[in-house]
Amino acid sequence: MADDLFNSFMNGPDENGRFGDFGGRFVSETLMPLILDLEAEYENAKTDASFWAEMDDLWTHYVGRPSPLYYAERMTEALGGAKIYLKRDELNHTGAHKINNVLGQILLARRMGKTRIIAETGAGQHGVATATVCARFGLKCVVYMGAHDVERQAPNVFRMRLLGAEVVPVTSGRGTLKDAMNDALRDWVTNVRDTFYCIGTVAGPHPYPAMVRDFQAIIGKEAKQQLQEQEGEGRLPDTIIAAIGGGSNAMGLFYPFLDDPSVNIIGVEAGGKGVNEKMEHCASLTGGRPGVLHGNRTYLLQDDDGQILEGFSISAGLDYPGIGPEHSWLHDIGRAKYVSITDAEALEAFQFCCTQEGIIPALEPSHALAHVMKIAPELPKDHIIIMNMCGRGDKDIFTVARALGFDMETKD
Amino acid sequence: MTRIDAKFAELAAAGRKAFVAYVMAGDPDYETSLEIVKGLPGAGVDVIELGLPFTDPMADGPTIQLAGQRALDGGMTLQKTLDLATEFRKTDTTTPIVLMGYYNPIYSRGVARFLEDAKAAGIDGLIVVDLPPEEDSELCIPAQEAGLNFIRLATPTTDDRRLPKVLQNTSGFVYYVSITGITGAAEAEAADVAPEVARIKSAANLPVIVGFGVNTPEKAKAIAGVADGTVVGSAIVKQIGEGKSPAEVLAFVKTLADGAHSA
Repeated sequence: MADDLFNSFMNGPDENGRFGDFGGRFVSETLMPLILDLEAEYENAKTDASFWAEMDDLWTHYVGRPSPLYYAERMTEALGGAKIYLKRDELNHTGAHKINNVLGQILLARRMGKTRIIAETGAGQHGVATATVCARFGLKCVVYMGAHDVERQAPNVFRMRLLGAEVVPVTSGRGTLKDAMNDALRDWVTNVRDTFYCIGTVAGPHPYPAMVRDFQAIIGKEAKQQLQEQEGEGRLPDTIIAAIGGGSNAMGLFYPFLDDPSVNIIGVEAGGKGVNEKMEHCASLTGGRPGVLHGNRTYLLQDDDGQILEGFSISAGLDYPGIGPEHSWLHDIGRAKYVSITDAEALEAFQFCCTQEGIIPALEPSHALAHVMKIAPELPKDHIIIMNMCGRGDKDIFTVARALGFDMETKD
Repeated sequence: MTRIDAKFAELAAAGRKAFVAYVMAGDPDYETSLEIVKGLPGAGVDVIELGLPFTDPMADGPTIQLAGQRALDGGMTLQKTLDLATEFRKTDTTTPIVLMGYYNPIYSRGVARFLEDAKAAGIDGLIVVDLPPEEDSELCIPAQEAGLNFIRLATPTTDDRRLPKVLQNTSGFVYYVSITGITGAAEAEAADVAPEVARIKSAANLPVIVGFGVNTPEKAKAIAGVADGTVVGSAIVKQIGEGKSPAEVLAFVKTLADGAHSA
């Protein structure tokens, strides 16, 4: 594959923003000129050494990159099979991979002379990352967050406010992440002159899916190099695994390995209570079908009439009825495999990680870890797995406590 | 020639401005909605814009969002929206109906099947908010081939460089969005709109209808006065949302139509 550039999996999207039939630019006319401007600015920045020099400087000194690639020795021994490495993106400033992308978009916004930044957030990690970088650059920041999520993610709401951002609880629709994205788009269409929309995942109209992927690809690039440093020149992982809501941490890990045919690529969707008829899950690829939402064609949870359904997951960060279009394409062509993990399995993996490695993971990567726990015991000891530990679990301890029946109420 | 083309030819010959009214299909329920739609031509409506409910109406303000939710909660679907048009056509064979909504319900049904069914239901044109000219091959071109008008939105951000692309595959009329923003959020100003209408008319030989931010008979008159007509949506939908009877809603629509027609 890598020998034949014409068959590379890394050439997408095409000039219309398509990955195969997925992606595109399904937005209202008011926004079209804006996303065309953004595309032009990004194309320009992409080949501008000074843009990447500034990114590298901030990644190193502000975010703390490179994040370590860590051999999880006790976990490997306990599972008794494949050798497990964790890419430690939970050690980034703000505790997740989200800031990799936010920095890139904010630098672009500055190049474009935009002074007001808007973002949507589910669990609050992208909102916190955006509020953080806006504070760093003195930009006005407005974060749209579903009213339901504002309630269940109070610590992150407070963090964003401490960082100077305005958090707008979204009550339109059902008050969830997809509605927060709708309201962010409505804000953008209203404030077209001064506002930059900083999308948190590899979804939305072109160029967002490609741009966010390119900013997150630092994860996979580092991992590729770090594994060689630890396992020898030319050694590639045999399997790479990441959790998927919209799919940005996964795309970031997968992208640099797409043309390495020996590498198995596995994306893990949130199976909620199980991928069933009642749709109590967020597994767009396993339980959805192609449709058009939020500017792109991709797999979506929807009913027979094309109305969008709410996802269900214990993890607010995976709670989105769609998935990035590049994942839909990788799924359809078979380059990556997508599986789902239930809430219960993720909770078990969460606890396993705490006690085996002394790492409290976020619930999102706990889904990826649960799949590692399923496959590692059956694999030979020289099989190397890299799993993206894309976020730390501090934000989730309340949810986990509730699920495990532990009373977290502090009494004065 | 579609019913839309015929209607605008007739209005032009009479020297009259067009009044276009938007209501959400199935709001607050199928029967009431049908009764309102049937009464629109009698209230002076020249073109009916029939909203197709969608869970995620990204270009709409709270008034129309809530109307869509009411309709969906009442079990409205794309099929029932087409059924409503079919019922209307039994009583009115000349008033054009433009279906306005978002792409996913149409894509979900399948474009070819949708166009066949829409045509059979007596739909004359489509406004699909999330299909810019960059995505013309999806629905715009197949719709024109099937004999339906595809009405494009032009906006304040559509500059001269982009305008020809927006107008290229537009037919029936051009819908000029008078504000940057969502439906029902801000007020349109005739003084801002007039030069924009002139700019579009110099680039296309099509009627230009102005909407978003038109909410009173006076505003309808002022905006229609600087264009070929005007659209009112949120202000009408708001009355339906407040639980007004079809007779009350239609009486309000008549004041708006009279306003536009007095321009």
